[in-house]
Amino acid sequence: MKHIVIVGATSAMAEHCARIWAEREDCLFSLIARDQERCTRIQKDLETRNPNAQCRLYQVNFTDPAAISELITRVSEIPVDIALIAHGTLPDQQACEEDLSLCEHTLTINGSSPVMFAEAFAKQMAPLDHGHIALIGSVAGDRGRKSNYVYGAAKGLVTRYAQGLQHRFAKTGVRVTLVKPGPTKTPMTQAMANTDSFADVHEVAQQILNAIDSRREIAYVPMKWALIMMIIRHLPRIVFNRMNI
Amino acid sequence: MTKIESWGRLSTPAHTLVTLSSVTNAPDIIANTRGPSLPYGNGRSYGDSCLNPSGTLWETRTLDHFISFSSETGLLTCEPGVLLADIQRLLIPRGWTLPVTPGTQLITVGGAIANDVHGKNHHRHGSFCDHVTALELARTDGKRLTCSKEHNTDWFTATAGGLGLTGVILSATIQLKATCGPWLTTESIPYHSLDEFFLLSDESESEWEHTVSWIDCTSQRGVRGIFMRGNPSPRRDIPEERPQKLSLPFIPPMSLVNRLSLPLFNSIYFHQQSKRAGVQIQHYKPFFYPLDAIKHWNRAYGRRGFYQYQSVVPRKHREDATAEMLNEIKRSGQGSMLAVLKTFGTRQAPGLMSFPMEGVTLALDFPNRNTTTLKLFARLDAIVREAHGRIYPAKDARMPRELFELGYPNLPKFQRFRDPGISSALSRRLTGS
Repeated sequence: MKHIVIVGATSAMAEHCARIWAEREDCLFSLIARDQERCTRIQKDLETRNPNAQCRLYQVNFTDPAAISELITRVSEIPVDIALIAHGTLPDQQACEEDLSLCEHTLTINGSSPVMFAEAFAKQMAPLDHGHIALIGSVAGDRGRKSNYVYGAAKGLVTRYAQGLQHRFAKTGVRVTLVKPGPTKTPMTQAMANTDSFADVHEVAQQILNAIDSRREIAYVPMKWALIMMIIRHLPRIVFNRMNI
Repeated sequence: MTKIESWGRLSTPAHTLVTLSSVTNAPDIIANTRGPSLPYGNGRSYGDSCLNPSGTLWETRTLDHFISFSSETGLLTCEPGVLLADIQRLLIPRGWTLPVTPGTQLITVGGAIANDVHGKNHHRHGSFCDHVTALELARTDGKRLTCSKEHNTDWFTATAGGLGLTGVILSATIQLKATCGPWLTTESIPYHSLDEFFLLSDESESEWEHTVSWIDCTSQRGVRGIFMRGNPSPRRDIPEERPQKLSLPFIPPMSLVNRLSLPLFNSIYFHQQSKRAGVQIQHYKPFFYPLDAIKHWNRAYGRRGFYQYQSVVPRKHREDATAEMLNEIKRSGQGSMLAVLKTFGTRQAPGLMSFPMEGVTLALDFPNRNTTTLKLFARLDAIVREAHGRIYPAKDARMPRELFELGYPNLPKFQRFRDPGISSALSRRLTGS
């Protein structure tokens, strides 16, 4: 039975990934989340979708290195096949500019926290030469933009980190996938305007699984964002600075 | 504010969207929303029953968790945003199916209850809420009620078919029906008169679980159509085909269904189906949900959108009222390929405001041609009124208030169970609040 660990299991994207996994095959899920009540609801849902699915629920302080290290060691007693690191917050950029503690929290929860989790998994997977770490980054990490650069900076950190981890594991049995979703319709983005054009979370989840299945290193989901971000990354500053994005 | 349209695409009013992200915080959100609000599922109601212009819509689609399922008893408990498609996809392979399902599976459980939807097997299994054993309701005054046919019965019968106006459903328990698999034995039979249709319906009801018919509303040579009936098939040896994904990716400037194309389409369809008449083994998806295969099929009617007119008339007037309505439609030259004629069985409806009653129901789409279309509806209304029939609110965007009151004699009783914080475009149009 595949052992799948999901960090931030109550995130809509992660939950939809878990549903697809559960419907596809019998899995053991280790679900790590803050909100245990919601996590229990997800457990019941997954076990209804597949009566052979098993769920174990864990709670942890997402910013405490010692607690993360201890938990991932414990969770990895059963070798981990896939670790999906999906937690994050999307604060209002202007609020980050005004409130430094929110700014710091944003950087920690979207940047150093996922890195700590990935590093903890890497430590467990390296000696086994087995496992797949999937990190949810963001297109926001590709180029700093005035509308969300604090969040973008944290996601940029994850991007650079994943690059290094991929280099480290290049010739081993451990895989690392960095997923960069574009704007997706989830509770995290519900406060934003014009969510009509946002991608459907279930379709995004399906593409995340495809990326993991085909062991891709970087996956933009939906795929069109690869092209859009390539253009945005290469826009000359004189043009870029005129844009309200 | 976000622009939201219903399935008929007649208008795109602006709404404040509030996502109910979990059943834990939903009651608080509901209680603290200011102004008239309305629960909103997958937006598949045709008219204005799912709209609340300038008001709030509570999006329930995100409340989409399964809560429990017993493969021994077939009892399923889930949140209201679960799609019927999810239930069918997951549980048919495990031997259980929804006992009643409408012509699309892309609706939420909450929506199915709020409209007490019916299907092709009404003569045998009644409507959706006949199989709902319990539901939990959250009201805007902060109260939560567990309702069933034993407890809070009044609330249950008001919520079944209550158009979302009695509160927000937080969970529902449904008694599923044992099934042998995803296949059906189906038979299609061309018919050439209304008498023939009623004869086929009456004789099929004892032997066949599902009956429905497609009717050609344009035929100049009397009434004609294709009668379809189906029973679950125990076949398990057929591989399932991968579904084709079709979509109408744009909105055509004018309706693709018009005076020129319609008789042609209908004639081709009738002759094609007549050639294919006979018994076959069919997957449940094309049999129950043929239109779900085309994403955004509602765009085919162009920018102005479309109406659906669905009425039911009691058994004793079924022949003459149906003939008169078909005549009016034919004379008007309006209508579409999507025309359905189906008999309802004798079962007493579970909700105060349920649509089904013993008799025959006719459902037709009409591209919106403004007053021309509305004038035709007024003539159809007269026939329905005369026959003591009623119109289906889930499809309606225009019925006169007086016809609604006549068709739904339980309305005054239902009004007592309304949640004062909930209102829709339809409820304001037809009840004043």
